[in-house]
Amino acid sequence: MTSTTAAPATSGESRRSAAASAFRAHAVRRRLLVHGVQIGVLVVVLGFWQLYVGSDSRKVILFGVPSGIVGRLKEWITVGTAVGSLGDQIRVTIEEAILGFLIGTVLGIVFGLALGRVRFLADVFGPFIKVLNSIPRIVLGSVFVLGFGLGLESKVMLVVVLVFFGVFFNAFQGAREVDRNLIANARILGASRWQVTRQVVLPSAFTWIVASLHVAFGFALIGAIVGEFIGGLQGLGVLIKTAQGTFDANGVWAAMVIMGAVALAAEWLITRLEKRLLRWRPPQLTEPL
Amino acid sequence: MTTEPAEAPPAIELRGVRKDFRSPGGEAYTALRDVDLTVDAGEFCAVVGPTGCGKSTTLTLVAGMERPTEGTVRVSGQEVSGVTKGAGFMFQTDAILPWKNVLDNVAAGPRYRGVDKRTAHSDARDWIRRVGLAGFEDRYPHQLSGGMRKRVALAQNLINEPRILLMDEPFSALDVQTRALMSNELLGLWDLTHPAVVFVTHDLEEAIALADKVVVMTAGPGGTVKAEFPIDLPRPRVVQEIRFEPEFVDLYHRVWETLRAEVDIAYSRTQAPTAGVAR
Repeated sequence: MTSTTAAPATSGESRRSAAASAFRAHAVRRRLLVHGVQIGVLVVVLGFWQLYVGSDSRKVILFGVPSGIVGRLKEWITVGTAVGSLGDQIRVTIEEAILGFLIGTVLGIVFGLALGRVRFLADVFGPFIKVLNSIPRIVLGSVFVLGFGLGLESKVMLVVVLVFFGVFFNAFQGAREVDRNLIANARILGASRWQVTRQVVLPSAFTWIVASLHVAFGFALIGAIVGEFIGGLQGLGVLIKTAQGTFDANGVWAAMVIMGAVALAAEWLITRLEKRLLRWRPPQLTEPL
Repeated sequence: MTTEPAEAPPAIELRGVRKDFRSPGGEAYTALRDVDLTVDAGEFCAVVGPTGCGKSTTLTLVAGMERPTEGTVRVSGQEVSGVTKGAGFMFQTDAILPWKNVLDNVAAGPRYRGVDKRTAHSDARDWIRRVGLAGFEDRYPHQLSGGMRKRVALAQNLINEPRILLMDEPFSALDVQTRALMSNELLGLWDLTHPAVVFVTHDLEEAIALADKVVVMTAGPGGTVKAEFPIDLPRPRVVQEIRFEPEFVDLYHRVWETLRAEVDIAYSRTQAPTAGVAR
């Protein structure tokens, strides 16, 4: 770096462009270094796993091994899984997660804003929501499977229950934190209470709501998979359960890899949505560095 | 006082108004007492007084955001109940919507009242031009300077053609030069629709330069109207220059005599150990 900054400059213009290109070169080098180290970490961890576990066939059964996981994934893609084609399993799980996520989010926003805006509703329903929230809700999975069977409905309901509370509390808080002046100003300009809710409170609370969506989608996947675990015919959860039942550690890991990919894709989509919804904010707030 | 007076009622009328607030601890705090104030239609009234005298509370009562504990508040002869119709309000801090661009912010009032989008937008463009923001229609508030955001707020209020415009230290966050410019433009825009204005400020110079009438309030708690001074300086006025006129200086001295005593009282209260509650 010292060599580039010391480059002789004939004019201010060329000095500036030289400084800019030096800066860019520095940024590129840094990025390469970061990625290089990341790959190194991955190679070391996977290599150690492969060499240490792969040498002992008993350990392979218990812990799985990277080459075996890749093999299992290939097999699932080409031949299919024990419960049907891999695409079907992924689709079933994503369907449950997304459906429950959408319903849970909408319910969370509606209830959060309603209770945040209307003091009476908050006083009446506040204690109920506190009690429901304190229950370990994953247990409800058993209730739903018993009541609604092994199909889609029971999983979607479990996902809704898991997603709802996170979104609800953020929407509620968001509705409470709205700048009083914004509301007063809108009222004086002629907005009805409903217009204030729609056009002032909702957009203002969106900062809070969107923040909860990242966590909420994680919960949606957990809900779908645990639901399938508790009682299901198809899906990634069933795949894991089947693999576990047949001492197929590679299968469990392979299903996890798929779930990781799904979660990353969802995270990417939610971040895009966040940028789109909150593009009115100053850039230093939307892209913290 | 149930019958309507025959002649046109004043734009704003406060009679025997008292306002108590209850602190979280439960004890009552009197912000205003025995306030009588009349502002005629089209009159520009400036209210000055020391910190904590209840100037802003007066505005919230007229706007219908608060109810008086005692007394009556009338706007155009109608007792205020609910948010006052036909009023505009400019806040000390920004109150324009940060997620709407300039055009949508200015068009908000008509849109709330159900005017169709096309008409609202074309009206909004007119007002944006009048406040000198043509070309900035697509900007979001965070992309504007403090003075420009004030112009948006002004256009947002004036597009509704309010009968009364309530202003709570609207320019206090601006630098001195921008502030003088904005005051001048305010007078120009006020001339277009001529609403009755109540302009709350700490700045006596600003008050005299803008107003037809300056109202001095006593130190709080329990602030009330101490004196009213008619300002008969000729219009149109140039805010930056009027302060050098001998009549202006004369008026300033007279009003300041009255105001100074109250400022001293308010200041001595902030010095006393128990005065922490006097906000």
